[in-house]
Amino acid sequence: MPLLEIKGVTRRFGDLVAVDGVSLAIEAGEFFTLLGPSGCGKTTLLRMIAGFDEPDQGALFLDGRPLAGIPPEKRPVHTVFQSYALFPHMTVAGNIAFPLEMAGKPRGEIARRVAETLALVHLEEKGGAYPHELSGGQKQRVALARGLVNRPRLLLLDEPLGALDAKLREEMQVELINLQRDVGVTFVFVTHAQQEALALSHRIAVMNRGRVEQLDTPERLYTAPASRFVADFIGKINLVDVEVTGNSHGHAGLRSPALGDLAAEPGNGVVPGERGVLALRPELVRVAARGETVELRNRFPGTVRELLYLGDVTLYKVQLEAGPVIEALLANAAPGRAKLFKAGDAVTVAWRHDAGVFLRG
Amino acid sequence: MDERREALEGGSRWTRWLVAGPPTAFLLAFFLVPAIIVVAASFREPGEFGGLVPLAAGAAAFSLEAYRFVLGDIVYAEIFAASFAVAAVTTAACVALAYPLAWLIARSPRKRRDLLVLLVILPFASNFLVRIYAWIMLLGPANLLYTPFAVIAGMVYVHLPFMVLPLYTNLEKHDPALLEAAQDLGAGAWTRFWRVTFPLSLPGIWSGSALVFIPVLGMFAVPELLGGTGDVLIGNLIKEQFLDNRDWPLGSALSIGLTLAVLALAGLAAALSRRGLKGTEAVS
Repeated sequence: MPLLEIKGVTRRFGDLVAVDGVSLAIEAGEFFTLLGPSGCGKTTLLRMIAGFDEPDQGALFLDGRPLAGIPPEKRPVHTVFQSYALFPHMTVAGNIAFPLEMAGKPRGEIARRVAETLALVHLEEKGGAYPHELSGGQKQRVALARGLVNRPRLLLLDEPLGALDAKLREEMQVELINLQRDVGVTFVFVTHAQQEALALSHRIAVMNRGRVEQLDTPERLYTAPASRFVADFIGKINLVDVEVTGNSHGHAGLRSPALGDLAAEPGNGVVPGERGVLALRPELVRVAARGETVELRNRFPGTVRELLYLGDVTLYKVQLEAGPVIEALLANAAPGRAKLFKAGDAVTVAWRHDAGVFLRG
Repeated sequence: MDERREALEGGSRWTRWLVAGPPTAFLLAFFLVPAIIVVAASFREPGEFGGLVPLAAGAAAFSLEAYRFVLGDIVYAEIFAASFAVAAVTTAACVALAYPLAWLIARSPRKRRDLLVLLVILPFASNFLVRIYAWIMLLGPANLLYTPFAVIAGMVYVHLPFMVLPLYTNLEKHDPALLEAAQDLGAGAWTRFWRVTFPLSLPGIWSGSALVFIPVLGMFAVPELLGGTGDVLIGNLIKEQFLDNRDWPLGSALSIGLTLAVLALAGLAAALSRRGLKGTEAVS
């Protein structure tokens, strides 16, 4: 039995359907992420799990028991808020003790568990400090400690890293992973930052316009996006308009109006005549100087139009002679090749037949 | 750092004086000078028809007679005690009445709040004495006129807005996320109020209390119009010395006694709140 089951949940605000028939199951011990752009319904879904909102249709089950009608204070679910929402009139220790006091734990146990939890988030010396005396990262840790101290069945995290600067963010990501593994509490994490989702999660539900577009592991989401939206939202990707063609070997092929027939594996279940896109990650695209021999069937002449030097890698935007612009991401220090292209260079762009994914629509 | 600070605080010393000058001059002329006059008067001898015996007529420039008089008769201490009791009860009643009102205003839709605040201060638009006379008409038929209750009711009525406004200003600033966090962590409605809303509103209660308690101590019109013969408060006593009894030194000595008592109380409250309110700076 999954820890949390969401069955056909819909939530409307006036004409707006914020959450539209979402069904998913979260297993105990998972680091589960709801990923999507703002307004996709992820926060509304989170609020329904916490109990601050109720679905118009459908139901939520925790450990198999329906959550309907149970107020937030009675749910074994705690939240780490985006703004942290630390109580400004209580010390760090007071904040962390709060959920234990609410649960009616004896004084001695509260003191012991507050001390343990402070150690868990490396804030042993800050127990007596007030929230306004803490840095952003420290506040973040206190919010985490407060959410975890009473070992909820589920910890909800609403964009908790959004207010931190890039370096601190990365540090906190590592800490979050370690923390989740150490305490074994199931995390439901909400974010719009795809990098963060990929780095942290066991599984990710990508949401768009109130629906779950795809629910998968980070790796599968990246390498095998199920829709154009997911492909575009997660990482960088080239989308080449194509049509499915039948070929003589009984396999399906793809034809691009601009580039002609492509060597590709459109996958099973496609029918000749279907239209869609070939989604191609930039790091799977090769770029060679025009004179070099390229032994791939998908190869097209073009000119480097723009490039973004990023230190370890460079992102090239190559204008193909046939029309489309293809982005290619090349390591700057690959063994046996130290050449960097410049804007205006004549190049050949190529990719393997199995490099892309065909997406309908 | 210093340069930045100077820029933030309004540029050169020159402009600072220009800004601070007029209010400083006003306060010197109309607050400090009269206060000095009152202190001086309390050590003089009363003139036969009011005022002070002129120094030219051979009167002593320094006499402790007025203070000896105040301290020598227990009735003055009793009136002081009664006045502080009335002020305390009025302040407590104002907190009890203003808190729910301020809370409701702070929680109503943003657009409606301004209207509700306007309604709270609307009574100021009509004359104070007229409003007190209205209370005479209300309390008279109910047989409550000229009682301590009438005094307290009038005091509460007059000072209620001074409690509502600072409380509302405080409550309105509370972050709703704090209440959600408390609820999320297991607190029911009552606990949320006592553990989050109430402690965070203490600065509002303190400022409202100062705005009610101190003026009530000096108020003479309400006890004079609504109270009975037994309801003489310090305000009445001081007023009588200047207008009826014509004993300026006694009136001045009583004023100074009142000021010192209020200052002592304010000092005590400040010391207590510093100890009890650490950490609320962020929201107050």
